[in-house]
Amino acid sequence: MKPLSSAFSFIVGDPQADRVVPPTGFTAQLTSFSAGAMAFLACFALALSVSSGRLADRWSEELAQSLTIRISAPTEQLEAQTQAVLTVLETTPGIRTARALTADEQRALLAPWFGGSLPVEDLPIPQLVDVVEEGGGLDVEGLRLRLQAEAPGAIVDDHSRWRRPLVEAAGRLRWLSVVSLVLITGAMAAMVTLAANAALAANRSVIEVLRQVGARDAYIAQAFVRRFTLRAGMGAAVGTMAGMIAVALLPSTDAAAGFLTDLGFRGLDWLVPATIPLLAGAVAFASTRVAALRTLRTMA
Amino acid sequence: MIELDKVAYSYGGGELLSDISLTVQPGSFHFLTGPSGAGKTTFLKLIYGDLLATAGQVRLGGTDTRAMNRDQIALMRRKIGVVPQNTQFLDHLRVADNVALPLMASGRDAGDAQTNLDELLGWVGLSNHRDALPPQLSGGERQRVALARAVIMAPDVILADEPTGNVDWDMSQRILKLLIELNKMGKTVMIATHDMALIRASKAQVQARVLRIANRRLQLAGADL
Repeated sequence: MKPLSSAFSFIVGDPQADRVVPPTGFTAQLTSFSAGAMAFLACFALALSVSSGRLADRWSEELAQSLTIRISAPTEQLEAQTQAVLTVLETTPGIRTARALTADEQRALLAPWFGGSLPVEDLPIPQLVDVVEEGGGLDVEGLRLRLQAEAPGAIVDDHSRWRRPLVEAAGRLRWLSVVSLVLITGAMAAMVTLAANAALAANRSVIEVLRQVGARDAYIAQAFVRRFTLRAGMGAAVGTMAGMIAVALLPSTDAAAGFLTDLGFRGLDWLVPATIPLLAGAVAFASTRVAALRTLRTMA
Repeated sequence: MIELDKVAYSYGGGELLSDISLTVQPGSFHFLTGPSGAGKTTFLKLIYGDLLATAGQVRLGGTDTRAMNRDQIALMRRKIGVVPQNTQFLDHLRVADNVALPLMASGRDAGDAQTNLDELLGWVGLSNHRDALPPQLSGGERQRVALARAVIMAPDVILADEPTGNVDWDMSQRILKLLIELNKMGKTVMIATHDMALIRASKAQVQARVLRIANRRLQLAGADL
């Protein structure tokens, strides 16, 4: 229990020490405001990080478990080759389902480009077969060779060609959001340091009096550290709350599909931004302590 | 015991104090005189570690102040009460809190020392001003608050830098009387002053050693001025 109380006292400081520093007004307000603004931005960066991670996982999982077989053949052979492909697929281990897309389904796929009235039957459009894998036991190369022999017009597309850039894009988005978080943290540390330095300079005579009566550097620093840590923590709590509300109010995927509308937290993800005020407090604690001790070392 | 051994202090290329040697016995009473700018304040600051000697040694209880780290100097200052020339207070705190400041800074609860605080404010004649803010005080009152603050930790040594510089004769006598009382309690007292009348006034009340700083050096001016 004692280590716990010591740690708590180390973090929150001595309320009596806090009294010796006069109200720092503007600098304290600046700290609260900047911490709040940074926490608000950090909320969005976190939402982007969580969402892009989720997206990358989803794309990887969903697309990795499916493949498409495209059959391009003269019209009179198309039906036979499709049947041959389905027969091969039925006897291939690692496949859960395999089915040829209907004309309506193929028309729906092309609709965004050619409109809904496209006469699919009259056009030399390849037949698509949708395959869903079971587990991870499908030998794609083996399947490719078998289909080459049984249905020469069949081409296996395991989606890797376009899956990889998508997953990479999501990964980069996640990386960018992490970089943003690091920059936000750094900017907040810089702002708190500037505010703390301003407060220390404004209270130089107070520090001189305290040194004269035998106050140790740690005691004097604690008075400033406590104040700026609490201010930053409270400002960040308000900023985080506002950021979480803003993220919650973003349009949902139900309203319109797309990546941006999927930006946000789900389930336990909502606990992640709750760490922002703690992080802000820790950043303020460290930056104020460093600034205070550095300033004190320049004084007698 | 305070010992200065061939102490010199230079600043900005010029030597302010040179080759100063002195032993201050516990319980002694010293006046430090000299013209303005002679280095009296510098001398006191060297003793309480606000400045460090550029040559020689200032030893407090046998330890050279230059060998002390910042925490050790802070702890040492709790044993030396200082009444500075320009009294500085925390203007947002009441007189009582300012007097109790050394207790707070040493991590002690000022509330526990409430009785001492009340007695101390009574001793310096400021019981009625305990809730006043420092800017509301006169020069003499500020000096007495500074004196109360200097002694609340029951230090062994009291250093007073021109404690009567900004007060009238009656008030200077009152402050001198308080310092003499402290000396009679066994405290070592050193007063820097250019007021020779004050030194003469003390003659009948205390046996004091009078030191004079002139031309950067310390001279014994006599014990019976």
